[in-house]
Amino acid sequence: MLHYFANPTRFQRLSRRVEPWLLTAMLVCFGAGLYFALFSSPVDYQQGHTVRIMYIHVPAAWMALFCYTAMAVAAAVAMIWKHALADVAAKATAPIGAAFTFLALVTGSLWGKPMWGTWWVWDARLTSVLVLFFLYLGYMALRDAFDEPGRGARASAILVLVGFVNVPIIKFSVDWWNTLHQPSSVLRMDGPTIHADMLTPLFLMAAAFQFYYFWLVLVRIRRELMVNRTRALRHRQASG
Amino acid sequence: MKRKHKRLSFVLVALVLLGGAAALVLNAFEENIVFFQSPSDIAAGKIGDDRRFRLGGLVEDGSVDRTGGETVTFRVTDTANTVSVSYTGILPDLFREGQGVVAEGRIVNGVFVADEVLAKHDENYMPPEVADAIKKSGQWQGSGN
Repeated sequence: MLHYFANPTRFQRLSRRVEPWLLTAMLVCFGAGLYFALFSSPVDYQQGHTVRIMYIHVPAAWMALFCYTAMAVAAAVAMIWKHALADVAAKATAPIGAAFTFLALVTGSLWGKPMWGTWWVWDARLTSVLVLFFLYLGYMALRDAFDEPGRGARASAILVLVGFVNVPIIKFSVDWWNTLHQPSSVLRMDGPTIHADMLTPLFLMAAAFQFYYFWLVLVRIRRELMVNRTRALRHRQASG
Repeated sequence: MKRKHKRLSFVLVALVLLGGAAALVLNAFEENIVFFQSPSDIAAGKIGDDRRFRLGGLVEDGSVDRTGGETVTFRVTDTANTVSVSYTGILPDLFREGQGVVAEGRIVNGVFVADEVLAKHDENYMPPEVADAIKKSGQWQGSGN
C-alpha cells in the first residue's frame, strides 16, 4: 500500500483529484467554525469574550504538535525505507507546522496579557512550545545548509527525530510540573471540562485547520515533485 | 538482517535511549522547571531564607483586604497550608477569591511580599448561566465566585 502510493506519478494524479474536496471541506468548516466562534457561542463566566481566542489558539497548538509528529514519521520512513516521497512530505510539512506554532504562541500571548496579567512567562509549557518553534526553524535552516540536497535531508531528518522527545514533554508539561498554563481541557482522562456549546466551534475550527494542512501539504508536495522533475530533465538535457 | 531492518532497529534504539536521557535530565532539574512553590513547600522548609521565588495557590475566601490603600493583602492556600501575601500594585482582572494565583517576591518577617501577581486560570470553561446553575444546586467544585 505504501509502495503503491509512493509512486510520484500515481501520487500526483490522486492528489489532484483529492485537493478540491479538501479545500471545500476546509472552507465549510472554517466558515461554520468562525460563525460559531464569533457569534453563536456563549461568553465564559470568567473570561468573558476573551474565551474566543481559544478557538484559534487551541487548534493551532494541536496542529503544531500534529505537524511535528507527521514530520517525524515522514523523516523516519524516508530514513529507514528510503521513500523519496516521504522525504518530500517532511520538507513540505515544516513551514506549515512552524506557522501553526507561531500562531499558537502569538494568540496565547494575546490571551495571557488580559487573563494572567503577562504576555509571557518561562513556565514549562510555554518554554517547550518555543523550543518546538525553534526546532521547526532549525530543521528548515539545516536542510538548506548543504550543497548536496541528499545530505541536508539526512542531517535534518536526524534533527527532527531527536527533537521528537519534545512532543510528549509539551503534551504532559502541564501534568508533570506546576505551570502557569492551565492543564488540558479536552484530551484528558475524565472527559472535556469545556461546556458543549464551546466545544462546537472548537472542533469545527480544529477540523478546518486539519483539512487546511492536508490540502496545503498535498499542493506543496506536488509542487516539490514538479520542481525535482524539471531539475532532472534539465540535467539530462545539459548532459545529453 | 536486511539493511532497512538494521536502520529501523537503529532508529528505535536511538529514540528509546534519547527518551531515557531526556527523562533523567528533566527529573534532575525538576526543582528548576516547576513554575511556583506551594504554601506546603514553604511550611516544609524547602525555600531558603531571603530567596526570591514564586508562590502559587488559591486566594483564600474572605482573605482579601483592600483597606491599606494601594497595598492589598490576602492569603494564599493549598488547603493544607496558608501564607499571607502583601502586594502593592494593580491586580490582574482574573484575580478573585477562590481563584488560582501566582505571586513573585520574597518572605519578609513571615509575610510574602510580592512585586508581581499573576492570575492562574483553571481548565474549566462554561457560560455564566451554567456556572450560576451549578452554584445554585450546590455542586460547585471549580474556583472563583
